[in-house]
Amino acid sequence: MTITIDTVEEAAYTIMEKAAIDIPDDYLSGIKAMVDQEDGDLSSFVLKAMLDNYEAAKEDRRPMCADTGLPRYYVKMGDRAKLDSFVGLDKGLRMATERATREVPLRPNRVHPLWRTEHNNNLGINAPEVEWSFEPDADWIDITTVHKGGLFGSDYRMLFPGDGIDGIKRFLLDTLIAFGKRGLACQPAIVGVGIGGSKDTCMQLGKQAACLRVVGDRNPDPKIAELEDELKALGNSIGMGAMGFVGSSMVVDCNIEVGYTHTGGMPVSVHTFCLSSRRATARIHADGSITYRTDPQWFTPYMRREGIA
Amino acid sequence: MTTGSKDQSSPKMTTHYVDLPASDEAIAKFKPGDVVYLSGVVYTAREGIYQRVLAEGQTLPMNNLEVVSNANFHCSPAAAPDGKGSYNIGGVTATASFRFSKWMADWLDATGTKLVIGKGGMPREDYTKILAPRGAVYLTTVGYGTGALLGRGVKSVKDVIWLDDLGIAQAMWLFNVENFGPFIVDSDLEGNSLFADHGDQVNAGIDKLYEGLKPPALHRYGETDNREDEVM
Ligand code: SF4
Repeated sequence: MTITIDTVEEAAYTIMEKAAIDIPDDYLSGIKAMVDQEDGDLSSFVLKAMLDNYEAAKEDRRPMCADTGLPRYYVKMGDRAKLDSFVGLDKGLRMATERATREVPLRPNRVHPLWRTEHNNNLGINAPEVEWSFEPDADWIDITTVHKGGLFGSDYRMLFPGDGIDGIKRFLLDTLIAFGKRGLACQPAIVGVGIGGSKDTCMQLGKQAACLRVVGDRNPDPKIAELEDELKALGNSIGMGAMGFVGSSMVVDCNIEVGYTHTGGMPVSVHTFCLSSRRATARIHADGSITYRTDPQWFTPYMRREGIA
Repeated sequence: MTTGSKDQSSPKMTTHYVDLPASDEAIAKFKPGDVVYLSGVVYTAREGIYQRVLAEGQTLPMNNLEVVSNANFHCSPAAAPDGKGSYNIGGVTATASFRFSKWMADWLDATGTKLVIGKGGMPREDYTKILAPRGAVYLTTVGYGTGALLGRGVKSVKDVIWLDDLGIAQAMWLFNVENFGPFIVDSDLEGNSLFADHGDQVNAGIDKLYEGLKPPALHRYGETDNREDEVM
């Protein structure tokens, strides 16, 4: 049986709604654990207000944050999935975006970068972004949406091999301190760090690390996993909590993704996924049924091409 | 306010439930770090309104704003017509206030506004020079992503002014609100600033964080103010 465009539209609409309203469980438990550890009264008050806010969003079925971010999609195609049409899938995603903007409703955030004109539906030139990947031995299609907010909290820097881990720490501190003040980054955040690749892949890896891996997940390379712990602790040692108040709640978790890079360089990117860490995934099975979850399972062993084949 | 202590002075935060327009006595009790919930009428105004009234000299089509509301919320609501002649307000999230700094003195003088509500606060000297001398204080939204909670506090739209001319984002909305909040007091009548105070405390620890990290191979503008420097 082939997967139809209508099914794609339905799945995509549903994850748009879920993402905007329901905070993922992994992030929620992460914040709850931080409340217990936070001794800054104000920072802790802010976290508790956020917990109330997630509840209110769920109960009232209204978006958790009025700024509903920039909705976008990540598609993972099972190698054996049968689909009516690829262009049709893309169309289904655009239709779902338009409907979700109207019906959830989402804020029509997308405007032309120069003329500031908009279509009031979160669609436009090169928007929403759709990224594609493939998975061997599978007949399903996974569609993930991420509504990333925040004009603040992401940055890129070309480091050099000699800068080493110290250079990464320095860059991370610079970014978190700059954007953490007055809570511009709406921390505590899931911090994604991309290391390597070329400039664009470095940005992409860091963003995917922040938005497509869950709190508590660890990189399969034990040394990188250790660095994830270390960078998380570093961020939380700055002395700054939610809204930039004195405290320790800066980083809910740190996820690192790496990519082979130029022998002379070590590009690094830092991304923060804010207090409204919105993501949801639908799996469309071969029989047309749909199941939903909040862990995108984006970084499969095949995705990372962990071997050399 | 004893500034500089790490909140130990207030293990429990003080909460104020205030009716609008807020009285001078109520405002005088606000201390940085206190929590505030508002009931009554709140109005939105940002650059579109400020520009019209203060720069272009147009008169607001209501002459008693002060009697109705003295709380200016820096916000653009997600509003949609409800088909019954009024509007549904979805999420409500504040917008960054520092951009409106240049209008504040004239606006407070013109309207008698005493509560400025928004995101991220304003520079400390705006509090000492502009807000405090006029009996006004700044309240910040919390989070800042508490759109769902704030949306709950908005009970109805009392009025909207210049909607056709300025659009949803820039029009002046008057909201009937009930236990609208939470907000945190940033500045008080002495011109203290909670954000600036906490910023100072965080800054005191920054050098230590970088201790022992070796200097980068390539420098960049930002670490130096001199554009004639080489980055190598
Ligand atoms: S950064 Fe996140 S929580 Fe903050 S306003 Fe934007 S979407 Fe909302």
